Amino acid sequence: MIRQINRVTSVIVLLLLALIINLSYIQVFKAGDLRSQASNQRVTLTEYSRERGPILLGSSAIVESTPTTDALKYLREYADGSTYASITGFYSVVYGATGIESEANDVLAGNDSRFFVDRLQQLFANREPKGGAIRLTIDPDTQAAAMKSLNGRTGAVVAIDPTTGAILALASSPSFDPNLLSSHDAQDIQNTYEELNADPKQPMLNRPLAMTLPPGSTFKLVTAAAALESGNYTAGSELPGPAQINLPGTDVQLGNWTGKACGAGNTTTLQGALEISCNTAFAWLGMELGANAISEQAKKFGFESEFDVPMTAAISRFPADLNKPQTAMSAIGQFDVRATALQMAMVAAGIANDGVVMKPYLISQVLGPDLTVLQNTNPSAFGRAMSVENSKILRDMMVGVVAKGTASNAKISGISVGGKTGTAENTPGEPAHAWFVGLAPSEQSKVAVAVVLQNGGGAAEVSGNALAAPIAAAVMRAALKK
Amino acid sequence: MSETLNRYRVSTRRSAELALLIGAWLIGVFAWILVDSATGDSSLGGWTSLLSAGVLLLLTHAVVRWQAPYADPLLLPSVAALNMLGLAMIHRLDIAATERAVSNGSPMPTPDVYLQLTWMVVGLVAFMLVLAFVRDHRRLQRFTFTAGFAGIALLFFPLLPFIGSQINGARLWISVLGFTFQPGELAKVALTIFFSGFLVSRRHSLALVHNKILGVGIPRGKDVGPLLLVWFAALLVLILERDLGTSLLLFGLFIVMLYVATGRRSWVLIGALLLSVGGALAYRAFGHVRVRFDVWLDPFADANGAGFQIVQSLYGFANGGLFGTGWGKGYPQLVPFAKTDFITSALGEELGLMGLIAILLLFVIIVERGARAAVATRDPFGNLLAIGLTTVIGLQTFIVIGGVTRLVPLTGLTTPFLSYGGSSLVANYIIIALLIRISNAARAPEVSDADLVLRQDGSSHD
Repeated sequence: MIRQINRVTSVIVLLLLALIINLSYIQVFKAGDLRSQASNQRVTLTEYSRERGPILLGSSAIVESTPTTDALKYLREYADGSTYASITGFYSVVYGATGIESEANDVLAGNDSRFFVDRLQQLFANREPKGGAIRLTIDPDTQAAAMKSLNGRTGAVVAIDPTTGAILALASSPSFDPNLLSSHDAQDIQNTYEELNADPKQPMLNRPLAMTLPPGSTFKLVTAAAALESGNYTAGSELPGPAQINLPGTDVQLGNWTGKACGAGNTTTLQGALEISCNTAFAWLGMELGANAISEQAKKFGFESEFDVPMTAAISRFPADLNKPQTAMSAIGQFDVRATALQMAMVAAGIANDGVVMKPYLISQVLGPDLTVLQNTNPSAFGRAMSVENSKILRDMMVGVVAKGTASNAKISGISVGGKTGTAENTPGEPAHAWFVGLAPSEQSKVAVAVVLQNGGGAAEVSGNALAAPIAAAVMRAALKK
Repeated sequence: MSETLNRYRVSTRRSAELALLIGAWLIGVFAWILVDSATGDSSLGGWTSLLSAGVLLLLTHAVVRWQAPYADPLLLPSVAALNMLGLAMIHRLDIAATERAVSNGSPMPTPDVYLQLTWMVVGLVAFMLVLAFVRDHRRLQRFTFTAGFAGIALLFFPLLPFIGSQINGARLWISVLGFTFQPGELAKVALTIFFSGFLVSRRHSLALVHNKILGVGIPRGKDVGPLLLVWFAALLVLILERDLGTSLLLFGLFIVMLYVATGRRSWVLIGALLLSVGGALAYRAFGHVRVRFDVWLDPFADANGAGFQIVQSLYGFANGGLFGTGWGKGYPQLVPFAKTDFITSALGEELGLMGLIAILLLFVIIVERGARAAVATRDPFGNLLAIGLTTVIGLQTFIVIGGVTRLVPLTGLTTPFLSYGGSSLVANYIIIALLIRISNAARAPEVSDADLVLRQDGSSHD
């Protein structure tokens, strides 16, 4: 009997060891797999059990977590949510996070390695871990002015501090209320999301960063910069500016929006051509400079580069391998040239900042759970786009555009504003996109701005001035506290 | 001579038991403190509960010291540690239930931990009574058939009208004066006594082959008849009550005891065969068996339906990982029946693999110590009873933990000493009391105390 008892004991102990082996498999090797299962609520519950850090503008929070009494212990609340939706993004149980909520998640959730000491202290004090905070570069007045001026129309506004690259406004319209997607009611969230997703106006599209459109005549700034940088042109250089020119090798006639010649004797100056947005002069200039020169100039302003602000902006394009007619069209911002509002604001900012393009950014500071500053963002240069002298010349030309030319609606009394309008036809038959890019004050710029109204409508070149310039004026006024 | 003297002094190991028992109690106290500090619960009820549990454990130790001084010193501390851990986890789940009630605005649930504590008291009192009244385990052999009848009767109780009570689709409980009790838990003790007593008297004739069918030796009908009768009756009741876990447990116990008593491996083969045939028949005949089996094969096929329990349980284990979330910091309340069948999943989430290995090693210690008593005791009845009782605890642990971890199909049993449930706790304390009684007999010196005193006095003449 003793032998049998020993055998039975061995079998039972082996069965218990089998449990340990099986548990090791589940809890160690299979654990990651099980945690990522869609029906596993634990990851979400853990995330929501911590007080997520706030997103700050100056000293006031535009996003914060407030305690609740339900299973998800904190609710994300967005003050003035739709104004900042394109920046903050949302934080959803169902759809995850977007915008700063997603990009700065490690800090906000308190997982960032910089919080190691904090977390250790929390561990020993047995306190619930708390997330860090993010302070943004956004100026609330400028952002509000942008959203108010857009007034629900489909479009985008970007305002940048040209000296640092700090983004003062990043407006997308129409917008949405992130509170509705960040609630704790999954069904509600799903309904709202599907509704927003089905909306033809795409309220969840982050237009200033994600939408690339032909920049139209605003791109003439880049062509003008290329001309000045080539050393062969000055503001006063004479250019041919007939009512229309033939694109070589085709029978296409490219005309001016006025239908007239740009100056007496079918000639104009570089300055004059920019002021009245002379297509024929810039098309000719483009062909003279060559596609490479314009492409190089565009790249120096940030085309073909990726920018993480920290959300990754769509790459703005200047097409390669262009023939002469394509070069002519591209020189006036048509054909396959595509730019985001952010990119066009960077063009203005580069001109404004004595030729140096700064990298755009949204996060000014990373703060710990107790709001001590852990990291300041140091502005960094993307590169020099033009010489100091040429940038000064181009600024003065832009001032002329507002003072005497096509951008009269961008004027701000007492301040010399520089700018350039644009109207871009994307698809024939559809309303054109109305653009404006500008800077102020021209002597020592504190703000550079780009405004675009998608399919804004209006007739030909006037729509940039009629529709976009007033928005830019309002935004610049707000940024300059005028 | 002086060897005997030393053995007398060293081998009781009662102080070791006391130290370990205090350690076991402290584990529970620390667990409770960690739960309270992690969940922000500061109800003072905890301290009185913990203190009364501690006092009661000390009292139990005193009774062991008095009634079974040579008993194995590891058994009581091991089960006390499990019991204390179970209490802490039930307390933790009570807090989760309260939190949920607050957030839902539903009425406050009554905490279960105080009832479990009451059952711990009942269990320990039963433990002490068994030690006091069963002075010699061999006397239990006289009650072989009484125990058999009692076992069957206990199994039948829930089927009776008025007192029988059905919970979650299984009719396992009786309900008297507002208390529910699962008599099947006590039945397993009674049936182990019956099997031991019966097999001891018939083991030789059972081992002799009288007829051969297909090369397999079959014992005489009158030797095996009563055994099969009791066994079939037990299984029938369990099928009627839909208690798969206890069926499996009693079946396994029956095979193990036949094998130990007769030494014939053919019983194990026959048992395995019967289990497969029975399993296949049950799969075809009963919907609930089919569901359990299919869920075992692929719980994620219906993760929000039939597979919900096991899937949630696996999520809990996964969330715990190697070291666990820590007491009070996981989400064990998401697993259905976390206080009873799925308490291992709750412990696995908050204590991690390391914590569960520690807990399983406590069960290994109990099994090993029970088996040691079975080997060391000098009478065949004691051998069989001890290994039978040890098997009950070991096998039950395997069936339930294997079930919640998807190693074997989920059948539904309580985890000994950990799960919420009074009958289980009382029955398992009785099992430990019997094992302690047997180990005391096994380890006691064959000289009486009086002998020893005499020899001490006359030591010089040796």
